[in-house]
Amino acid sequence: MARRAIPEVNAGSMADIAFLLLIFFLVTTTIETDSGLDRKLPPMEPQDEEVTIRERNLLQVLINKDNQLMVNEELVELEDLRQRAVDFLDNGGGTNDQGETCDYCQGARDETSSVHPDKAIISLVNDRETKYSTYIAVQNELVAAYNVLRNREAQRLYKTDFTEMQSVYNDPKTDDDVKDRLKERIETIQKMYPQLLSEAEPRKN
Amino acid sequence: MAKFKKKKSGELPAVSTASLPDIVFMLLFFFMTVTVMKDDDIMVENELPTANQVQKLDKKDRVVYIYAGKPHPRYQSKYGTQARIQLNDKFESVDAVASYILAERASMRQELQPLMTTALKVDKETNMGLVSDIKQELRKVNALKVNYTTKEGDAMNNLK
Repeated sequence: MARRAIPEVNAGSMADIAFLLLIFFLVTTTIETDSGLDRKLPPMEPQDEEVTIRERNLLQVLINKDNQLMVNEELVELEDLRQRAVDFLDNGGGTNDQGETCDYCQGARDETSSVHPDKAIISLVNDRETKYSTYIAVQNELVAAYNVLRNREAQRLYKTDFTEMQSVYNDPKTDDDVKDRLKERIETIQKMYPQLLSEAEPRKN
Repeated sequence: MAKFKKKKSGELPAVSTASLPDIVFMLLFFFMTVTVMKDDDIMVENELPTANQVQKLDKKDRVVYIYAGKPHPRYQSKYGTQARIQLNDKFESVDAVASYILAERASMRQELQPLMTTALKVDKETNMGLVSDIKQELRKVNALKVNYTTKEGDAMNNLK
């Protein structure tokens, strides 16, 4: 029997097949949004004791149903909220429970504003008819205010941003020993400016 | 001299397309690896608000999603235009949130249960009333870690 040469398979249509698959994956791909504002809700258990907060230590942020903003009885634009919150948190006009003054605060030491970042509480109250996007914008500005101060202190102490440390810490690819070191630093900064953001149940009218 | 003249055949040689499949396969593998199959069919309008102080969400196996917003136009004839909550491909009332969270938490691996995060994917036109109701339900079952999922962008865009 005479041996016949096996004819070569034509690979010219390979590109077409690959293109078809490529287009399928292009069409079905949705880039998922997987980032957002992390928040912690207050636990349900009723508080054992009534905590009294002095008025100067409270920054009251109200959002009404027309998405307007009121900070300490004053109508405020959203653009100014961040600076208001920074001024309030960074005021350092007194001492905390341990009797320490805030030596890292750079605020105005105003008599009518907060005494210490440990004591400064931001209270956020919204209406049931407030739009969700406004609420997120306000939350974003308040988180930004904390981040501004925390970044400032992180720059001073460790020559890096707090948000940068946080994202490295949350990255699953980071080594454990790097994480341990970062954790300590993050906690130090968080202790300097603890996030005290209280959310009351919304108002019904 | 004739030797050299032979080369000048005049026509341009065709560009070889032999490497085209390789290029296309490379692209194909890229898209195959980055594709995540959607596990929920979103039945509500889901235009997320924007924020710029965002943190990345935790790994997927410890995240529970809650969607809320107006029903998608194709469901509006059946479910109306009031904003609703969607859990697992179904429209549910607020009361169902707590049991849903408990069921999801129970189905997680033991060591992940305390790390559970609830991702709220809420349409930006929704009223806070609905969101507050969800938050109250979450507090009842002690699911306190929440993440308001947002797009990255300037927060001032939300006011427009």
